[in-house]
Amino acid sequence: MRIRTAAGLGLLPCDACGLVCRALPPGAPALCCPRCEAPLHRRKPDSVRRTWAFLIAAMLLYIPANALPIMQTATLIYDENDTILGGVRVLWRGGSWDLAIIVFVASICVPLLKMVALVVLLVTSRRHSTWRQTGRARLYRLVEFVGQWSMLDVFVVALLVALVNFQSVAEVRAGPGLIAFGAVVVLTMLASMSFDPRLIWDEPEPPKCP
Amino acid sequence: MMRASQLVVCEHCDAVHERRDLGPRGRALCVRCGAELYRGGHRDLHTMLALTLASLIVFVIANVYPIITLELQGVASRSTLWGAIRATWDTGVGPVAVLAALTVFFFPLAQIVLFGYVLAELLRGRAPRGFIDIMHALRLMRPWSMVEVFMLGTLVSVVKIAGLASVTPQIGIFAFGVLTILLTTINSFDLRLLWEAREHLAAGGAAAGASA
Repeated sequence: MRIRTAAGLGLLPCDACGLVCRALPPGAPALCCPRCEAPLHRRKPDSVRRTWAFLIAAMLLYIPANALPIMQTATLIYDENDTILGGVRVLWRGGSWDLAIIVFVASICVPLLKMVALVVLLVTSRRHSTWRQTGRARLYRLVEFVGQWSMLDVFVVALLVALVNFQSVAEVRAGPGLIAFGAVVVLTMLASMSFDPRLIWDEPEPPKCP
Repeated sequence: MMRASQLVVCEHCDAVHERRDLGPRGRALCVRCGAELYRGGHRDLHTMLALTLASLIVFVIANVYPIITLELQGVASRSTLWGAIRATWDTGVGPVAVLAALTVFFFPLAQIVLFGYVLAELLRGRAPRGFIDIMHALRLMRPWSMVEVFMLGTLVSVVKIAGLASVTPQIGIFAFGVLTILLTTINSFDLRLLWEAREHLAAGGAAAGASA
């Protein structure tokens, strides 16, 4: 079965509203969608460079996000500084192993998965690899879908800070790691939004004759 | 430029497909990469407007009433969403409080209000003002509206505190649960239908103007 691509047929779909337009020849200036006025692009502009930029920033911030505490608990008996991993351990030891797994998956596995997946997608599309294209397309959809759930820990800490406010008995404060962690979530989401999944399928341009 | 209607281009791999009618539960998948192209059986605009109004009411309830109440040694503490945001801000992690406020309060509220406005105007046969900008805003806010994640977050924090103090769920938490379901439905509505509805309106108006 022959697949016809929009680029091959000279069509230009609008990313914003889905309207399919006929493309002008390559020399013509970029135009806007007649229906929704969004600029029309064959591929997301500068997709690879922007995705790498967001991804590298996220990877750099991932270190303080895990090394610094995200939550500081002060009770009459003890003072505790919890990193993300520390919080998981507390849940696990406390018997809520199901919640420990949820937080572990959402806050540690998901950001790592997203970063690794985006690196794989970037490297393979740069080399125009045809290795398992459907699998890579599915991987991208997974990354897109799962993106928001890493925000889980941010909300948990915010609620605990607001609720456990018994000054004399117990108090929870947010730690500096939380800002880094929030930044990691935002940056990985931006990275996956910048990546154009059509690059997975694009064939390399034939070399021009000298 | 010429418009090619009846053609659908896969956003994820550029493959071109012909649009077909689907049954109420039908889903069209791209033949090359498996991404979802469109669905059949969309809810009509009246139902969506009703859901949107319901969401607005539930949103107000969820934010006015506290989410849970804690009791420790006779002292009670309770918080609404906004209280949690303020407390996070006061702790010194300002950017995080801003992020939480945007993703759980401002963006969902904006989505409800703007979506409701567009639906109401289209159903009355009028062109909504600022339609194009509103549609772009609705599309851009979708990935950043995180009420479902917040819902799971409240459940996790309830369990975390349960060991420390006695916890009583309040109206707020149930309202957020309902809001999660409503917002998920609103956010899965295919915005392209609104673009097409607007086009029909313009076409109808032009015909009426020509015959008048």
